[in-house]
Amino acid sequence: MDIAIPLPNPILARLMMGVVVLLILGTIVGAILARRATSETAKATVANLNARIRAWWVMVAVFAIAVATGGVGSIILFAAMSFLALREFMTLTPTSRADHGVLFWAFFIFAPIQYVLVWMQWYGLFAILIPVYAFVTIPGRMALSGDTTRFLERTATVQWGLLACVYCMSYAPALLMLVVPDYAGGRTGLLFYLVLIAQLNDVLQYTFGKLFGKRPIAPTVSPNKTWEGFIGGTVTTVAIGSALWWATPFTPLVAGLMSLVITIMGFAGGLTMSAIKRDRGVKDYGTLIEGHGGVLDRVDSLLFAAPVYFHLIRFFYVP
Amino acid sequence: MIERALARLARIIAGASVRYSAPLDPPGRQRVYFGNHTSHLDFILIWSALPAEVRAHTRPVAGADYWMRGRVRRYLATRVFHAVVIERAVQGALTGHSREESGSRHVLSHVRDDTMDLSHVRDDTMDLPHVRDDTRGAMGTVHAIARAMGEETSIIVFPEGTRSPDGALLPFRSGLYHLCQLKPELELVPVYLDNMTRILPKGEVLPVPLLSRVTFGAPQRMEPGEEKRAFLTRMRDTLVALREG
Repeated sequence: MDIAIPLPNPILARLMMGVVVLLILGTIVGAILARRATSETAKATVANLNARIRAWWVMVAVFAIAVATGGVGSIILFAAMSFLALREFMTLTPTSRADHGVLFWAFFIFAPIQYVLVWMQWYGLFAILIPVYAFVTIPGRMALSGDTTRFLERTATVQWGLLACVYCMSYAPALLMLVVPDYAGGRTGLLFYLVLIAQLNDVLQYTFGKLFGKRPIAPTVSPNKTWEGFIGGTVTTVAIGSALWWATPFTPLVAGLMSLVITIMGFAGGLTMSAIKRDRGVKDYGTLIEGHGGVLDRVDSLLFAAPVYFHLIRFFYVP
Repeated sequence: MIERALARLARIIAGASVRYSAPLDPPGRQRVYFGNHTSHLDFILIWSALPAEVRAHTRPVAGADYWMRGRVRRYLATRVFHAVVIERAVQGALTGHSREESGSRHVLSHVRDDTMDLSHVRDDTMDLPHVRDDTRGAMGTVHAIARAMGEETSIIVFPEGTRSPDGALLPFRSGLYHLCQLKPELELVPVYLDNMTRILPKGEVLPVPLLSRVTFGAPQRMEPGEEKRAFLTRMRDTLVALREG
C-alpha cells in the first residue's frame, strides 16, 4: 500500500528545475513583449499570454506539491481535477430534469470510487468500473425515472462525461501502480513525464501557431489549431521528449516515440473537446484558470494521452 | 466568520460565476434584489454573490414553511442570513393541499415578526380562504417587510412566489408593487440565476454540483404613477432580458 517514494528523487528534482527555468524565461519574454506591444490586438494577445504564464506558475506549484507528497497527493489532485472537469462538462451538455439521480451517481459514487481504486491499486476493477459497471447501471436508472425524451443521447452523454473526465483522467495517477524494474524515477517519474510532455506540447503548439500559424487544420472546430502549430509543436516536443530519455525507463528512440504518441493523442483530445464546445456554442468550458479557461480546457490534451501511455508502459515495461 | 465561510461554500457548491451589468454603487443604498426562483439555494446564492459590504445590510425574505422547519435551517435563517421570515402556508393548511403547492402562491402573505400579532393575521385569512391576492393579510405582510427594512436594510425577494418546476419564469405576484408604493425611492435590482434548476430542482434533496451563473442587471425604479400590471411586467421583462443576454 505504500506508494510514497523517498525524497529527494534526483530525476524529479532535475525535471522540476528545468520547468522553473522555462517559466522564468517565459515570464521575462512576456514582460519584454508587454513593453513592445503597441496595437490593441497585440496588447490583448500579450495580456492573455502573461495571464497564462501567471496561471502556469500556480499550476506548476500545485503539481509540484502533489508530486512531492508522493502517491496520495497526486491522487487527490487528479481526483479534484476530475470532479471540476466533470462539472464543467455536465454543465455544458443538456441533461433533463429526470437525470438528476444519475448525475448524482456520477459525481458522488462513480468518480470517488474510481479514485479509491487508484489509491488501493486495484487494477482489475479500476479498468472496468466505468466502462462496464457504470455502463450497465446508468441507463437502467435513467429509464426508471420515466423520461424517454432523447433517451439514448442523455444516457450516452453521462457515460461519455464519466469516461472522459473521470476514467481517462484517472489513468494519470494510475501510473503510480506501475513498477518498472531498474527505473530510478519512481512511479511519480512516469506521471511527471506524461504531464510535462503533454503540457509542453500544448504550449509549443500554441507558440508555433501564434508565430507562424496560417492554415487551420479543422477551421470549423478550432481556428487556432493550424498545421504550422501542429507540426512545429510536435517536432519540438518529440525532440525535447527524446532528449529527456534519462528521466524515463526508455531509450532515447523510445522516449521520442512515446512523446509522439502523447502529442498525437493530446492533439486528438484537444480537438475532440473543442468540437463539443463549438457544438454547444461556447469558447471555454469554464473560468477557473485565468487566461486558460476551465480545468477541462487545460487538461483536454491529457485525457486521451493518459490511457494510451499507461497501457503502452504496462504492456512493454512491466513484467 | 460563519457568514463569510458559508457565502464561500455556497458559491463553491453552486460553482457560481458572478456578473454585474452595472456596479452596485453606492454599496450602502437601500435596494430590493429580485430574482427568478427555482431552488432552495437561490437566496443563499444571491446573498453570497453580493459584495461583503452590501451583504452586511441585506436580508433575504424567506418562507417560514421551509426555513423555520428543523433546527439547522432555523438557525441559518435567523442567525446567519438574518432572514425576514414570512408565513405562507395558511391556505395550504385550510384547503388540505400540500403546503408547498398551494400555500406558496402568496408571495408576501404573512410575516412572522416581533412587530406583528401573528394569530390575528391567521384569523383574518381564515375568513377569506379563496381570496388569493391583496387580502388584508397580504398587505399586512408588505407593511411588515417595509418595517423590517427600515431606512437602511436591503432585501432579496422572489416575486414569482414559488419555485418554478422547470426553470420557466412564472408571472410575478404583486408584493413587489405594493412595497414600491410604500417606499417609492427603492432601487430594484434584477438578478438572474442560471442553471440552479439543474443543481437542485424542486422536489430533490441532494444537489448536483454543476456550474451556475448569477447576473445582476441594471437597477430599476418605479415610475411615478406607474400602473400595477405595467410595472410588474416591466420588472419581469428585465429578468427575461438577463436570461437572454
